Amino acid sequence: MFKQVSAITGINLRSIPERWASSLVIVIGLAGVVAVFTALLAMATGFESTLKATGRSDEAIVMRGGSDAEINSGLDRQSDDLIEQAPGIRRGADGKPLASAEMLAIAELVRKDDVKNGANIALRGVEPTAFALRPQLKLVDGRNFSLGLRELIVGRGVQRQFKGIELGKVVRMRGSDWTVVGVFESGDAHESELWTDINVARTTFARTGSSSVLAALEGPDGFDKLKRALAADPRLTVDVESQRDYFSGQTKQFRQTIGVLAGLVTAIMALGAVFAALNSMYAAVAARGKEIATLRAIGFGGLPVVASVMIEALLLALIGGLLGAVIAYVLFDHLTVSTLGQNFTQVVFSFKVTPELVFRGLLMSMIIGLAGGLLPAIRAARLPVTVALRAS
Amino acid sequence: MTRAGFVVANLFRKKTRTILTLLSVTTAFLLFGLLQSLSHVFNAGADFVGATRLVTQARVSFTQPLPVGMLPKLEAVPGVARVTYSQWFGGVWQTNTQVFTFAVDAPSYHDVYPEWVMPEDQWKAFTATRTAMLAGRLLADQYGWKVGQKIPLSSNIYPQKNGSKSWEFDLVGIYDGKDENWKKQTNAVFINHDYFDEATLFGKDRTNFFIIKLAPGASGEAVSKTIDGMFENSPDETKTQTEKEFNLGFVKQIGDIGLMVRWILFAVFFTLLLVVGNTMAQSVRERVPELAVLKTLGFSDTDVLGLVLAEAGALCVAGGLLGLTLASVAGGMVEKATGGQFQLPVDAFVWSVGIAAILLMSIAVGLLPALRAQRLKIVDALAGR
Repeated sequence: MFKQVSAITGINLRSIPERWASSLVIVIGLAGVVAVFTALLAMATGFESTLKATGRSDEAIVMRGGSDAEINSGLDRQSDDLIEQAPGIRRGADGKPLASAEMLAIAELVRKDDVKNGANIALRGVEPTAFALRPQLKLVDGRNFSLGLRELIVGRGVQRQFKGIELGKVVRMRGSDWTVVGVFESGDAHESELWTDINVARTTFARTGSSSVLAALEGPDGFDKLKRALAADPRLTVDVESQRDYFSGQTKQFRQTIGVLAGLVTAIMALGAVFAALNSMYAAVAARGKEIATLRAIGFGGLPVVASVMIEALLLALIGGLLGAVIAYVLFDHLTVSTLGQNFTQVVFSFKVTPELVFRGLLMSMIIGLAGGLLPAIRAARLPVTVALRAS
Repeated sequence: MTRAGFVVANLFRKKTRTILTLLSVTTAFLLFGLLQSLSHVFNAGADFVGATRLVTQARVSFTQPLPVGMLPKLEAVPGVARVTYSQWFGGVWQTNTQVFTFAVDAPSYHDVYPEWVMPEDQWKAFTATRTAMLAGRLLADQYGWKVGQKIPLSSNIYPQKNGSKSWEFDLVGIYDGKDENWKKQTNAVFINHDYFDEATLFGKDRTNFFIIKLAPGASGEAVSKTIDGMFENSPDETKTQTEKEFNLGFVKQIGDIGLMVRWILFAVFFTLLLVVGNTMAQSVRERVPELAVLKTLGFSDTDVLGLVLAEAGALCVAGGLLGLTLASVAGGMVEKATGGQFQLPVDAFVWSVGIAAILLMSIAVGLLPALRAQRLKIVDALAGR
């Protein structure tokens, strides 16, 4: 039995070069499906991993109650102080609480491939502790902003995508000039932001307090301690969330949107690919009708014939799937794009083609190959030998 | 037998193959219709919005509110007929559903937006009732809101003076659009800016947008320049653009969707070209002796070329039109399922691009086999060489 299968399959595969055109249809068809599927999901994965990298479980973000996002939140100066002095917050080397009140404003910058339509970019005013709270953030060019001056440091991501923020450039905001003095990398969502001194941001944007307070937590029970203390204070109405939960929560909607888009597009494309595969395999079987009948006549069983056709379809599908994965990887891996995030500001992120996505793409191509091979295989095995031999 | 009949008969010689090819073409154009519509939505925005209105926002970002006190200065600019203003309220329905909610100045808003259609007494009630709210037809239908109801709506930005973020409004009117395009935009809520100012804990006397109706014959560009010039170098620098430009910029914020869609379309088309092209080539290959017989009977080379092209064309046109029809149906279903919040119109524009693609496709897949058929030499073909 096994011998029969391998014998017929061997003949089949060796004859592929003679009918390469129709085999190519399966390969290219599946390459297209897998490439699109992988690319779309790589976009979702890239967005998710950028935001997840931003969130740490040992830090908490405090915002005004019911705000959902920093941009909607506002805390006054008194609240900032109360929160920063609350129990549950870890102290830094200088004995002061490791917490940073931060103010989020939005500025417009023009995308590099656009002429005039501005996109929203987050401008984050921070206290000096902000850097200790984000050890992943490194200055890679220039220097840090000086306290009290209208100076900006800009994320590498936002600098790649938007015009007018190269080192030394001047940005106009609310009637004043801001100089870009440094560039930072952090590998997370902060790379989509511009940073400055919170006090300068407050004066410029005519605000007094902050948008949120980010605090390092003291040990495993720090979060509960902080949450309890802030809830008990009648002067405050705030939400406390671990930074990880805050950023993970932001990926949900994007993941859903891309998930639906990817599902729909891939389903339709896959259907088309099944039709194409059926077509090619029927043609392949028809072209070899006499040959198969001859084999049946000299004693080969029906099952080996079915198996051999299926193996051929699966093999072509696998090649197509691999080709698609390679195309997705070459064209899209590390492709940097930006979209609107929760704060209504641009989040710059890169596509990520992971082994898991490639595996899922290949699995899908095998399923399509299976669907496209089965019916033709059965037809090949069932065709009466006499009829097939007599066919012209 | 007529020529058309001949073409159809040839197509049905191998039923399975023809049907499968037809279905591949259909799925490809189903996808084409939907993606083209998506891409159009993202690239063009609402292009039915006239250029007779300007939107003034803070130059730094529209999220930075401007003082309402700028109003008289804007009204005094030559070429300005009427000015209204509108502030983002951050409305949230029930637990977590964002609702586009704007605090507006009722009388001037009515004047600047004649496209919103509603009985005049409801407009009057909106102006007269402090806690009034208007809802768009689509939104009201989606949530089952009726005129006369009290609608609880919270804000994720503004607490009331008592510190609570839960607000309540009286629904006094449901507005509709003046035509199909505007009807599809009726998904926002309007509340009174005066009442908002009175009740809010902070953010009083501020607005995100001034919307300016131009006087007949006034130049939008000149008015924009004058306004932006007036506030230059102040903390409240402005950016004034036509409503159309503003909408386009807003949609573009979502990012590189267009790029992604173009890549997918390219992949779909390349694949399709191969599938149909291969089928056509195969069918010509099988019929070489027959084509030779046709030529022997006196059909000219051009006739044979035409016959093969017609076959390819028939497949592409039938499959393509079917696919575009399915796309129109699917687009309508998406719109219905999301209560009009997400629109995927497979409209005249998408259809015309689709039909152009069908024609292009027919030629691309039919030409090579057709040329081969045209160039056949009778002697060689009959001899099987």
